[in-house]
Amino acid sequence: MAGYVLQRLLLVIPTVFVISIITFVIIQLPPGDFLTSYIATLESGGQVVDQAQIDALRAQYGLGEPVYVQYWKWVVGVLSGDFGHSFQWKRPVVDLIGERMALTIALSVASLLLVWAISLPIGIYSAVRQYSPGDYFFTFISFVGLGVPNFLFALVLMWWAYSQFGMSVGGLFSPQYADAPWSLAKVLDFLSHLWIPAAVLAIGGIAGLIRIMRANLLDELPKLYVTTARAKGMGETSLVLKYPVRVALNPFVSTIGWTLPGLVSGSIIVSVVLNLPTTGPMLLTALQSQDMYLAGAILLMLSILTVIGTLISDVLLAWLDPRIRFN
Amino acid sequence: MTTTSETGTPEAFQPADNGAGKAASYAAASEWRLMWYKFSRHRLAVICGIIVLLLYVVAAFVEFVAPYDPEAQNPASAYQAPTRIHFVDADGQFHLRPFVYGTSSQRNLDTFELEFVEDTSARHHLSLFVQGDDYRLWGLFPSNLHLFGVEDADARVYLLGADRQGRDLLSRIIHGTRLSMSIGLAGVVMSFFIGIVVGGVSGYFGGTIDIVTQRIIEFVRSMPTIPLWLGLAAALPSNWSVMQVYFAITVILSLIGWTGLAQVVRGRALALREEDFIMAARLCGTSRTRIIFKHMVPSFMSHIIAALTLAVPEMIIAETALSFLGLGLRYPAISWGVLLQEAQNLRSVALAPWLLAPGAMVVIAVLALNFLGDGLRDAADPYRR
Repeated sequence: MAGYVLQRLLLVIPTVFVISIITFVIIQLPPGDFLTSYIATLESGGQVVDQAQIDALRAQYGLGEPVYVQYWKWVVGVLSGDFGHSFQWKRPVVDLIGERMALTIALSVASLLLVWAISLPIGIYSAVRQYSPGDYFFTFISFVGLGVPNFLFALVLMWWAYSQFGMSVGGLFSPQYADAPWSLAKVLDFLSHLWIPAAVLAIGGIAGLIRIMRANLLDELPKLYVTTARAKGMGETSLVLKYPVRVALNPFVSTIGWTLPGLVSGSIIVSVVLNLPTTGPMLLTALQSQDMYLAGAILLMLSILTVIGTLISDVLLAWLDPRIRFN
Repeated sequence: MTTTSETGTPEAFQPADNGAGKAASYAAASEWRLMWYKFSRHRLAVICGIIVLLLYVVAAFVEFVAPYDPEAQNPASAYQAPTRIHFVDADGQFHLRPFVYGTSSQRNLDTFELEFVEDTSARHHLSLFVQGDDYRLWGLFPSNLHLFGVEDADARVYLLGADRQGRDLLSRIIHGTRLSMSIGLAGVVMSFFIGIVVGGVSGYFGGTIDIVTQRIIEFVRSMPTIPLWLGLAAALPSNWSVMQVYFAITVILSLIGWTGLAQVVRGRALALREEDFIMAARLCGTSRTRIIFKHMVPSFMSHIIAALTLAVPEMIIAETALSFLGLGLRYPAISWGVLLQEAQNLRSVALAPWLLAPGAMVVIAVLALNFLGDGLRDAADPYRR
């Protein structure tokens, strides 16, 4: 087990390396560098451009030097916790994304837990009572859930709450807590707001996992060991939960690998629609205004988040299934 | 003797629910015909197939199907609610032909909102093939014939309401069908090429090549897709034309969407490699290219078609999301995602909920394509129970 975990951990290093290259390429793609547009904005605003300051920035980020030098300076900075400077906000990137990143993680984890808590029992029910009205109902619902993009859900939810109750369901905090320092009351307020975006985000994942759980369990149920246990007089509930569900759970865990990237991805658009103080809206404005170090930091952090999620799912899977552990 | 022995088919191979005559044709049917039998039994998939077909027909003839020019502005009908279609007039008389009343607007001086009142003095009957706004079909053939509308040019009928500038939303949605539905197809064709080359090579040769490509695919799959799309789409120069942006968005979508297709192709190629008929062909000394194109490709073509159909809705959603955020197609292009941008403002949606209608179209198209793809996937292997 330890060897397997170590092997997986070692694989993370080249993955993150490649991700950092891709991220850097993406933020370098727009024509012209950000300093040029920064100077242009300053000059159009009638401000005096301090040549010494510009030169210092130019040297700091290696602008004008070959791309690999710029990349190297960026990576070294990131490794020492310096993600560069946001030109739009005129603040270091670290100060900007710290809390937003934490909120993004909280949102993603909350919806992941919601996905599991809802899809597991429904999946088991749908498989055990195959072709029952309940199964048809959940099958239909999950197809709709898979087909409707979650930002549309968010949009309709916003409209519905606004037109019915005249209130906005957006945001993660009540107005009085938005800028307040963290306290117990703020955490409770946060939790009471969190469930709406988490639920919107979870819908697609729930629908997908119900399908997977149902199919897996349906493969296991007709097997002979189930019949044997039943013939020996074992109670149906404990039988299903103890044997076939445990086997069927296997692919369930392995899907964290794609559920989490999906949730992190989806959270961006949903956050924009629901106006959440997460990384989503900030990434969008950073991309639109070519605030490259801010966009790069968010892209990198989101990708690393999914790599960690995949790693956790692999380790969990090895813990659950000895066949993988012993290769 | 019975028909069974004449066709030489053992009893066990006959589907239970077929009559004797159909059983004979069933046994002699080609693989594609068997697939059609199996597909047509999937009622929902057939219905969804018809819906998809209709959407593509509409996409081909948008200028004709749309009642108005999608850019024709009419400030007096900004945010006008959907026009009601009547069969019974104000005097309680029934008319077989549906009609609408003209609408007059006036500004409410208390709220400063436009208010619309039906003017019941004149009826305007709806009719098919009316003359209306001029257009050029596919930019080539000038015409002014529209599928339906009102004959009286003064009266305008807004079946799905009007937007901020008083443009007919139905016409705009119909025009959006062309870009929204075709970008899915174009993106899928492109990722199909990447997928079939990578997946085919990986599955056919196996070994180290397979392991390396599998790692690459796993890597691409573990990247969060939407931030990548956003990053790439934001890098498109803002002075590009609609066609250039359309093409670039297609490339972006296919760059990230090819992995699923590659995995399907690889899985099929791996399974086929072990099949007896491939082994037989190899023992007969058939060349590698001939094995791939003459024996392998036809037998996994049906699976590929199903996988392609299931990939189209993902692309449609992706385009909608990008355009909705303002990083995809942009004005003057009309797609469902571009139209949904107007629904970003909560106030205008509360005032004019019909602005969400393009979203409903996305849902209809995506669901129809999903169910169709599901039916095709089940039918792709007609020998499996």
